Amino acid sequence: MEYIIEMLNITKEFPGIIANDDITLQLKKGEIHALLGENGAGKSTLMSVLFGMYQPEKGVIKKNGQEVKINDPNDANALGIGMVHQHFKLVHNFTVLQNIILGVETTKNGILKMGEAREKIIALSEKYGLMVDPEAKVEDITVGMQQRVEILKMLYRDNEILIFDEPTAVLTPQEIEELMKIMKGLAAEGKSILFITHKLNEIKAVANRCTVLRKGKYIGTIDVASTSKEEMSEMMVGRKVDLTVQKKPIEPGNVVLEVKNMIVKSKHHSKNAVNNVSFQVRKGEIVCIAGIDGNGQSELVYGLTGLSQVESGEIFINGQNITKESIRKRNLDGLSHIPEDRHKDGLILDYNLTENLILKNYFKPGFQKGSFINFKKSREYAEKLIEQFDIRSGQGTKTMVRSMSGGNQQKAIIARELDLDPEILIAVQPTRGLDVGAIEYIHKQLIEKRDEGKAVLLVSLELDEVMNVSDRILVIYEGELVADVDPKEITMNELGLYMAGSKRNEVTA
Amino acid sequence: MERIKRILVSDGFNNAMSSIFAILIGLLFGFIILLISNPSQAVEGLGIILKGGFSAEGKGMGQVLYFATPLILTGLSVGFAFKTGLFNIGAAGQFIMGAFAAIYVGVHWTFLPAPLHWIAALLAAAVVGGLWALIPGLMKAYLNVNEVISTIMMNYIGMYMANYLVKLTVYDRLRAQSLDVANTCVLPKMGLDHIFYNSLGGGKDLSTVNCGIYIAVIIAIVIYILLNKTTFGYELKACGYNADASRYAGINEKRNVVLSMVIAGALSGLGGGLLYLSGAGGRHIKVVDVLASEGFNGIPVALLGLSNPIGIIFSGIFISYITEGGNYLQSLNYAPEIIQMIIACIIYFSAFALILRKIIPGILKRRAENKKGGEK
Repeated sequence: MEYIIEMLNITKEFPGIIANDDITLQLKKGEIHALLGENGAGKSTLMSVLFGMYQPEKGVIKKNGQEVKINDPNDANALGIGMVHQHFKLVHNFTVLQNIILGVETTKNGILKMGEAREKIIALSEKYGLMVDPEAKVEDITVGMQQRVEILKMLYRDNEILIFDEPTAVLTPQEIEELMKIMKGLAAEGKSILFITHKLNEIKAVANRCTVLRKGKYIGTIDVASTSKEEMSEMMVGRKVDLTVQKKPIEPGNVVLEVKNMIVKSKHHSKNAVNNVSFQVRKGEIVCIAGIDGNGQSELVYGLTGLSQVESGEIFINGQNITKESIRKRNLDGLSHIPEDRHKDGLILDYNLTENLILKNYFKPGFQKGSFINFKKSREYAEKLIEQFDIRSGQGTKTMVRSMSGGNQQKAIIARELDLDPEILIAVQPTRGLDVGAIEYIHKQLIEKRDEGKAVLLVSLELDEVMNVSDRILVIYEGELVADVDPKEITMNELGLYMAGSKRNEVTA
Repeated sequence: MERIKRILVSDGFNNAMSSIFAILIGLLFGFIILLISNPSQAVEGLGIILKGGFSAEGKGMGQVLYFATPLILTGLSVGFAFKTGLFNIGAAGQFIMGAFAAIYVGVHWTFLPAPLHWIAALLAAAVVGGLWALIPGLMKAYLNVNEVISTIMMNYIGMYMANYLVKLTVYDRLRAQSLDVANTCVLPKMGLDHIFYNSLGGGKDLSTVNCGIYIAVIIAIVIYILLNKTTFGYELKACGYNADASRYAGINEKRNVVLSMVIAGALSGLGGGLLYLSGAGGRHIKVVDVLASEGFNGIPVALLGLSNPIGIIFSGIFISYITEGGNYLQSLNYAPEIIQMIIACIIYFSAFALILRKIIPGILKRRAENKKGGEK
C-alpha cells in the first residue's frame, strides 16, 4: 500500500509530560483520515510535529517512502503540507485574492501581477465547488466562506496533504454539510486529508480511516465504515460513553430568573443588540437560548451578568431586582456564569490553578483572614475541586493555567462556578471546542444542577446540544426572541428556520 | 547532574542570572565608552567604577546607601505599578512633590516634637505623592487616558509646581535652594553613624546616611507582603494580568487602577521625603528646570529588580553604588559629561534584564533539547 505521509513511532516530550508516546500515523493518497482524541490527547502536538513547529525526540517522518526532515513550517510547505487552522489566519481588510496570494505573490519587476493569480483561483474555485468571490473583502464574508478561502490558500500552493484542524467548530449546520461535500471532492481529486475532530458524526460522514489517540498514546487505526460510533468513542475515552443525554422528567418550580423588557445597546451599530427581551427561567429547568452566532446572545448574557450596562428593562433573581447591582453582588445573590470566552473573561491565564479556582471566593471567610489570603486552605480547596472535577494539569495546583489544555481550562471554570452552588447558572457555549468525554461530563453536570432544583440558562450554537439538553428553547434572532418551544415538539429543521429568521412566533414571558 | 540541571532551569536562578548578565553587558558598554574617550586610563577607570562607594571607605558606602534610599522607593513605585498592569512614568513628579511636602512640614511645623515631626513630614510626602498620582489614576480608570502620557505630563507640572512652591514658602535666597529643615525633622541615624564614617584626625567625618534606608527596606518588605499575601494584592495583580476576567469575578477594577496609582505615587513621594529630610549636609531642592533623576532611575531599578520588591532593594543599592563610583572617576582625566554617559549606559543596559529574562530560559532549554537530540 502506498502511503503519501507516514509518521512512524513519533515521541515528543515536554517537561513533566509525554505529549506523544510512540505514535504512528499513516496517510494514504486520496483518503480522508480522521485524527480522533480527547483534549490533551496529543493531536495538536502531533500535527505541530508534522508541520515542523516541534522536533520529535524519536521517530521518523516519511513522504512517499522517503525519510524527510521538517524543521519549520516552510519545510512543510515545500513538501506540500498545508493546514487550515481552527482560528483562521487571514488579513481582514484584504480581499480574498490578496489573502490567497499573500507570501507567494506573482510579480514582474517588483510589480504585482494579479491577473494570473485571479485566473488560477477562479479555476480552482470552480473545480472544487468552493464558490468564492476573489474580490470580496474578508471582513465582509461569512465564516464559512473565510474557511473556503483558507482551503483555497492550500490549493493555490499546490498542497497535496491538507490538514483540517477542527474545521466545523465555527460553522452552522448548513455550512458543515457543504464543507463535508468539499472535502469529499478534494479527496476524489487525489488530495489527502487529515481531519482533526471530536465529532463522531462527521467522521462517520466523510472519513475513510480514523486514528485514535488517548493521553498521548496510540490506541489504533480503524476503518470507519465498519466501526460504530460507540466503539470509536470508547477507544477515545477509554470507557463506555453515553452519547445520548439521559434526563428524567421534572416539574419546574418557582421562577428564579426573570427578565422584563431588557434592551442592551450594541457596541458596533446603532441598533439594539438585545431588543425588548422578556423571559423567565424556573427552578429545575434548563432553558436554552438558541440562535446563529452574533444575534445578541453575548450582549444578552453581558447584560444579565452585569458586564455591560442595560439600557432599559429589569432583571430579577428570586424576585429581587438586581438590574442595578454590581457584579460581585449578583454573584453573591446566586448567579454563576460560565463565560463564552474563557481566555478573556473566565480565567487569569498567568495565575496558577489555585488562584483561578478561588477567583470568586478569595474574599470569603475561610479563604482569607484579616485580609491575608490563606494559601494553605486555598490549596486544599483547589485540590478538592481538582479531584472532584478531574482537572488534569502538569503540576497540580501550581500549574499556570496558560499551560493547560482548553478542555481542562474549561473544567476549571466549571468547577469554580458549580461549586459556588448557584441559584441560576448561566452557561455560554460551555462545550465549545471540547471532546465527547468532556461534553458528556459537562452535560451531566448541567442536568445534575437542574435535578437539584437549580435554574440553568444555556446559550448554545450547537443544535445537538440545544435539542438534547434543554427543557425549553428560546430562539434569538437579531436581538429578539422569536420562538419559545419545547424540544420534544420541534424538529431540527423547524428550529433552523426560526434561527434564520424566516419564521417567528410571538413570545410572551 | 540532574540537580544542577533543575537549578539551571528554575525561575529564581534565571531571574538572578539574567540580572547579573545584564549588569555585565552594561559594564562592558561602559568600558567601551571609557576606551573611546580616554584609552590610557580606561582600565583604571573601570576599576574605580567597580570599586563604587568603597573608594571613599566608610563614608562612601554610607553615601551609597543614602542615595540608594530614594532609588529603592521610586523603583518600588514603578515596579508595584507594573505588577498591577500600569506604567508609572511619573515617579519624578511624585517624588519632587513629596519632597516639597516633607520640606514644608519640616520647616514650618516646628511645634511638633522630634519623632512626631519627621514622621509627620514623611506622611505628608507620601500623601502628596499619592495625590499627584491620583489624577492620572482617575483619568485612566474613568476616561481611559493612557497613564504613560498623563504621568509624563504630571512630571512637568510637578517640577514647576515644586519650584514655584519652594520659592514661595521655603526658599533660602542666599544659597538659592530650599531651607534646611528643623533639627526635629532630620531623620535620626539610628546607629548608622557608628558604621559609616571616615576618621578625620580625632573626629568623625560622617556620611549623610540615616534611618531612611531602614524605612526603604521595611517598605519593600511590606509591598512584597501586600502583593503576594493579601486579598488586596491578589486583586491588584489580577487586574494587571487580565482586567476583563477581574471584572467578571466581581473585582472593582476601576477602583483598583486608582488605588494602584495612588500607592505607586505615595511610594515615590515618600522617596522624596526620605532623601530631603537629612539636615544641612544633605540634599536640598535647587530651583532648576530639571526633572528629578531619582524618578526616572526608578524605571531601570524596577526593571533590573524584575519588579520584585526584594530584588528592587538590591538593584537600587547597585545603581547607587555604580553612580557613586562614577563620581570618583573625576579623579582621572574624564569630563563630567562623559562620566554621566558612562553611568547612564551601565544603568540602562542593565535594565535590559527584563528582556534577557525572556531570552535566557529559551536558549538554555533549546540547548538542553539539542543535547538530548544528540544523545539518542
